[in-house]
Amino acid sequence: MIHWNSFADFLAMGGYGFYVWGSFGVTALIMAVEPILVARHRKTTLARLKRQLRAETRNTAE
Amino acid sequence: MKDRFNLYRFASPATFYPLAGVLIPYFAAVSVVFGLAGLYLGMLVAPTDFQQGEGYRIIFIHVPASWLSMFIYLVMAGWAAIGLAFNTRLSGMMAQALAPTGALMAFLSLWTGALWGKPMWGAWWVWDARLTSELILLFLYIGYMALTAAIDDARRADKAGGLLLLVGVVNVPIIYFSVKWWNTLHQGSSVNLTKSSMAETMLWGMLLMAMCFWMYSIAVALMRVRTIMLERERHTDWVKALLAGGEK
Repeated sequence: MIHWNSFADFLAMGGYGFYVWGSFGVTALIMAVEPILVARHRKTTLARLKRQLRAETRNTAE
Repeated sequence: MKDRFNLYRFASPATFYPLAGVLIPYFAAVSVVFGLAGLYLGMLVAPTDFQQGEGYRIIFIHVPASWLSMFIYLVMAGWAAIGLAFNTRLSGMMAQALAPTGALMAFLSLWTGALWGKPMWGAWWVWDARLTSELILLFLYIGYMALTAAIDDARRADKAGGLLLLVGVVNVPIIYFSVKWWNTLHQGSSVNLTKSSMAETMLWGMLLMAMCFWMYSIAVALMRVRTIMLERERHTDWVKALLAGGEK
């Protein structure tokens, strides 16, 4: 059974909307952005390490 | 005995790296499932609190974030102890991979706490034992990250950071028991092993959200530790083979 009578009720959170959604919003934002940043860091790290490895093998071949 | 399953094998980055890669999507998926179930129960089904109205619903993220902020710190301190005692490579990498997520959990605990404190106590912040010790926890995370980032040699960074973690671990029981030891504005715990002061749906919503945060933290930390492994072990054959093989 759903506790709310309407979507507007749900959004209002009994007058605590600002506080409740301020909490959930920032949490959702952080939990969405953190994995993206980690994945991006992995991408740049991989690219750099590959570049370094290529440079190394070129140097030892010479 | 050569076929015996050996747990110590996974203490080596070369074997842990692919294992982590396999596990990440499972932890992520389980986290989403727990999160949806927890949000459904907590935000749609759970009744109004008789004292705090609908404002109490912040509990469904405030408590999980606070638990995880303490738990992640304990896990990092555990890794630090193993690293200092046995000089294992993996432990320092694990601690470093967990730190940013732990710091974010501590921040979320304080953020949601401020947004909860304002309507209930009339103040965003008070210098009360619970809040102050949680703020110190956030500073410990930031201090650990700054310290390890400032030392170029990874093994020395692990040692220094590990010492900081072990010294700071005393703060965790202080946070946990602060509401008992001192007269604080912060309410006591709503859940303990024998009885709970919450309605069933509230309790389950909170536990499901805690599982969601827990699984999320594992997934992100595993993602992060893989990058740290590549970086630190870049001169080893297994990383060179991965890089040459076009690892994505």
